[in-house]
Amino acid sequence: MHLSMRSKILIATVVLMVLAFYCVFNDLSWISAGKSYSFSEVWDALTGHGSWASEIIVRDTNAPRVVAGIFVGAGLAVTGAAMQAVFRNPLASPYILGLSSGASLGAAAGMLFTIPFIPALIISPVLAFVTCFLTMVLVYSMARVGGSVRTETLILSGVAVSALMSALVSFLTFIAGDKLEGIVFWTMGNLGNAGWDEIAFMAPVILMCSFLLITQAKPLNAMMIGDAHAMDLGVDVRRTRLFVIILSTVVVAAAVSFVGVIGFIGLVIPHILRILLGPDNRHIMPLGMIAGACFILICDYISHVIAPQYGTLPIGVATSLIGAPVFIYLLIRRKREVGWN
Amino acid sequence: MTLEVKGIQYTYGKYLVLDGIDLPIVEGEIIGILGPNGCGKTTLLKNLNKNLSPQGGCVLLDGVDLEEMAKRDIAKKVAVVPQTNEIHFAFTVRDIVAMGRMPFQSMMGGQSSEDERIVDEAIRRTGLEKYAERHISTMSGGERQRVIIARAIAQTPETLLMDEPTLHLDISMQFDALDLVSRLSKELGMTVVIVSHDLPMVARYCDRIVMLHDHKVHAIGRPEEVLTEENMRVVFNVDAELMLDEKSGKHTVMLHGSLNKYRGVNNWACGSLRK
Repeated sequence: MHLSMRSKILIATVVLMVLAFYCVFNDLSWISAGKSYSFSEVWDALTGHGSWASEIIVRDTNAPRVVAGIFVGAGLAVTGAAMQAVFRNPLASPYILGLSSGASLGAAAGMLFTIPFIPALIISPVLAFVTCFLTMVLVYSMARVGGSVRTETLILSGVAVSALMSALVSFLTFIAGDKLEGIVFWTMGNLGNAGWDEIAFMAPVILMCSFLLITQAKPLNAMMIGDAHAMDLGVDVRRTRLFVIILSTVVVAAAVSFVGVIGFIGLVIPHILRILLGPDNRHIMPLGMIAGACFILICDYISHVIAPQYGTLPIGVATSLIGAPVFIYLLIRRKREVGWN
Repeated sequence: MTLEVKGIQYTYGKYLVLDGIDLPIVEGEIIGILGPNGCGKTTLLKNLNKNLSPQGGCVLLDGVDLEEMAKRDIAKKVAVVPQTNEIHFAFTVRDIVAMGRMPFQSMMGGQSSEDERIVDEAIRRTGLEKYAERHISTMSGGERQRVIIARAIAQTPETLLMDEPTLHLDISMQFDALDLVSRLSKELGMTVVIVSHDLPMVARYCDRIVMLHDHKVHAIGRPEEVLTEENMRVVFNVDAELMLDEKSGKHTVMLHGSLNKYRGVNNWACGSLRK
């Protein structure tokens, strides 16, 4: 069956919207090991007609986690797509390039130390943005060889810088004293960290940046063919690249500083969508936001039900358990295509 | 449409690359910019669509200084076929040709029916109909270049700039690419500027030739005026002569060899390798 692009996009949108509703309700319905509400009970709780217990669990415990997940998943997915375009490299993503570890260094520092005159709520995000941006600059300049960025050097620099950042985070964890447990669980990712106050700060930032990234979809398409081509089509490549890198950094910093390191969404989601719908960023970026939200909510649900006797699995572990094999598969396929050199 | 280059100077740091280049480009002609590696010919080409800005002199497009034009407006009149490299994303041929319409569209806007007609036309003129839905990542270097030429045609340019169009191509594909471009130039009345160091190809396809030497224009004129034995000896350090290929009825350059041969010098033979 051969479908036109327009009908493929339509089908994908409908499927993703339905999936998103399912994921939201599914994740909201969780009570405890082996127990969950029915979807109608969730609906009643949301609209204020539910039982006292269900309203507390659904609205006060589950809802902030789900809402945080939606924004974080959407933001990380659209950022991944943008970075892959800007680096002309299907394997670039915030996690693999070490941006997440970079941001976590700043965020961890923000948890341990207080800085006068800066409200506690935004210390972590601000420091996360600074360290995240520095990481990006460092990785990019290390990976650049004679004006072009190759996959191998990009990933190697990402790994190297990421190792350094993680070591610094470990050091901060070591000297954290009574804050140790908080930092450890936060580095593995925890959507439950974000309450309504944090969401009110994070959501507009992520939404705004994602929207601005989507406005760059067309120039990014041209840049995926090559910088020279984009320039010849009238795109200001340097300005676009800087703009996209800054926006991506802001999204990663906002996400990481509130919910910790949640990896592989930016790699897996755009990749799957590209296989299904082709590489046009005007489709991949907006649909990636919905798909990213679905992915993170599915992972969140899995992390609740996989080993309930031990409590909730940190969500970063769940996304990595799914994402890392995909990454390995992509590397193997690339090895077959071009060989290592 | 007129493109005029008036005394442009360009330096990379303290290295002077272009030293007062004047270049009148005649509408509808195929003009070749010839010179050995490092003489500044690619830099000159990049100055023609404001990818680089000259430090002195100016480039006038229809009488307007490029510096005063937006890149997008330049892209509506001047298209470029850069050297192509590998593309890792599975865009179809049609996707890429359609990008040629970008300068005419709004930031988020899609294809108008007029755009679609122009894209189809570009695909047809470059003989890519059968490949329109194929993925660019699966194509060979010569096929990719053909797609990029189609993309440039979709920009409906008045001038087409080509950077080393024969580099990295099989010999038969070199002829195909330049045959295609000279046919398009005639059909569309399009001016073509080709930068190359490929003497026989430039002699064969270009109406006029500019020879760069020591960062200046060394000679300019018709192939038989510019490709003299004297000029090729001075600029390219080769013993060569311009000939008429009787079978095709076109000019070609017969390369007899490097002049270093007669001087007993070989730039490539290092001491340790000499027998």
